[in-house]
Amino acid sequence: MGKVGIIGVGQSAFVRQYPGSIRELAFEGFKNAMKDAQITVKDVDASVVCSAPEYDKQRSPAGVFAEYLGLNPQPTFYVESLCSSSSMGLRLAYSLVKSGLHDVVAVIGFQKMSEISSSESQERMGRGADIQWESPFGTMMPAYYAMYARAHMAAYGTTPEDLARIRVKSATYGQLNELAVYRKPVTFEMFADPNDRMAGPVASPLRVGDCCANADGSSCIIVASEEKARALSQKPVWILGLGAASTSVNLAGRNLFTGLTVAQEAAKQAYAMAGIEPKDIDVAEVHDCFTIAELMAYENLGFAAPGEGKDLIRSKETYKEGRIPVNVDGGLLSKGHPIGATGGSQIRTIVLQLRGEAGAIQVKDPEIGLVHNIGGVGLYGNVTILGR
Amino acid sequence: MGKKIEIDDRFKKFGTVSFTAITKTNDFIDHLEQGKVVGTRCKECGMHFFPPRADCFRCLESHMEWFEVAGNGKLVTYSKLEYGPVGFEKDLPYRIALLDYGDYKVFGRIDDAVPDDALSMGMKMKTRVNRLADGQLNYVFQPA
Ligand SMILES: [Zn+2]
Repeated sequence: MGKVGIIGVGQSAFVRQYPGSIRELAFEGFKNAMKDAQITVKDVDASVVCSAPEYDKQRSPAGVFAEYLGLNPQPTFYVESLCSSSSMGLRLAYSLVKSGLHDVVAVIGFQKMSEISSSESQERMGRGADIQWESPFGTMMPAYYAMYARAHMAAYGTTPEDLARIRVKSATYGQLNELAVYRKPVTFEMFADPNDRMAGPVASPLRVGDCCANADGSSCIIVASEEKARALSQKPVWILGLGAASTSVNLAGRNLFTGLTVAQEAAKQAYAMAGIEPKDIDVAEVHDCFTIAELMAYENLGFAAPGEGKDLIRSKETYKEGRIPVNVDGGLLSKGHPIGATGGSQIRTIVLQLRGEAGAIQVKDPEIGLVHNIGGVGLYGNVTILGR
Repeated sequence: MGKKIEIDDRFKKFGTVSFTAITKTNDFIDHLEQGKVVGTRCKECGMHFFPPRADCFRCLESHMEWFEVAGNGKLVTYSKLEYGPVGFEKDLPYRIALLDYGDYKVFGRIDDAVPDDALSMGMKMKTRVNRLADGQLNYVFQPA
């Protein structure tokens, strides 16, 4: 069996309120990936549709999309792992191609978070974790990540200012990303001013500026066998390593609160499969749903030793010119986080970087890139390593 | 036919808003009524489970006994929420936290009567049953 490549990537703009239906939203990411790959619907042997279903009114969107995108009568199905759904979709596409079952598979991620009303959305947020034993206490995603932030601060001396540094970096690049939902500058002064919205309390120690925004969006990745990739694409990017892991949904079942075990485990698998080490990564996209999540990712992926993530951002080593550029497309903090589309958007950024087509955010001549995509509060973890 | 089926939905009493009504661990609610926070222990292998569960994945058996969450745990971490989900507005602000008891951990709320500045990471805390104004039941952490 040969390698498995990525021959097309695309995403929609990530926006607050998409002025169309979910099939129309999915078309945007799909169209861009298909044009990028320069193929037609007849070349696609199967499609995998990825989202978090609690935001959907449509039952089983895969069938609806396959019809709308012209992918009948090929097989189509749905995969879900919360915020890492489309990385899980890529993993599945890899196995479908590697097995020889299909030659070309489209991984379509989407989320129209505005599909439901904000009060419905608020109600669903309360059910984001263990609904039997934790939700009755009134839990929210930011509060869970805040618990990790407090533990990290207590163990290692990480400060709220370190977290603000991550948001400032994100906004530096978010301003350059035309597809991002948040494109305004963010400064340290905003975090220091108690009257500024960025400094507003959410769940201590996390503030408004530490949290990414909801968004509507779609993404699409076209995966192909080595033979097909070489035949169809001038610049295929190869999937070198894949890792995936899970852990206890209830925090009471976990042992680490200064990092995510799923990221550590998935990274270990992906590095081993690719036969490389963290120092070999030239550019990375990590799951910064909250600033603390990016800081923990530095450590869990081996870019910094445990507790030294703060030093990496203080010395600006994760900026575009640094030792290991991270989220130079603005990350989730700037782009917004349309749950099911997020992983595909991260993969798209790394593919463009490796092809040298990343424009204003292009890192100098990267050969190997990494995507870290987390579902829930460190419940699911996916790490994907890509190379030229 | 026609016979009314009794539904044991005691668990709907758990917390400010319960999202679960029916579970094999419904006796947890009776223990709360009696002032006890309890977990389960597998009679076959002795493993402690908190939150309680009806089934042991190690033994693939369902022979559980209740144990009381007694003594003190260490405060692992916590967060104070300024926003909450629908149904929790009247509770705001409140603090969620995790205590480590060694053999198991307990996730819950910190007692509203405990001021923020009385909290420190690693401090010893105890778990106490708490009855809410509308008769719902949960448990809270207090300094030991
Ligand atoms: Zn057992």
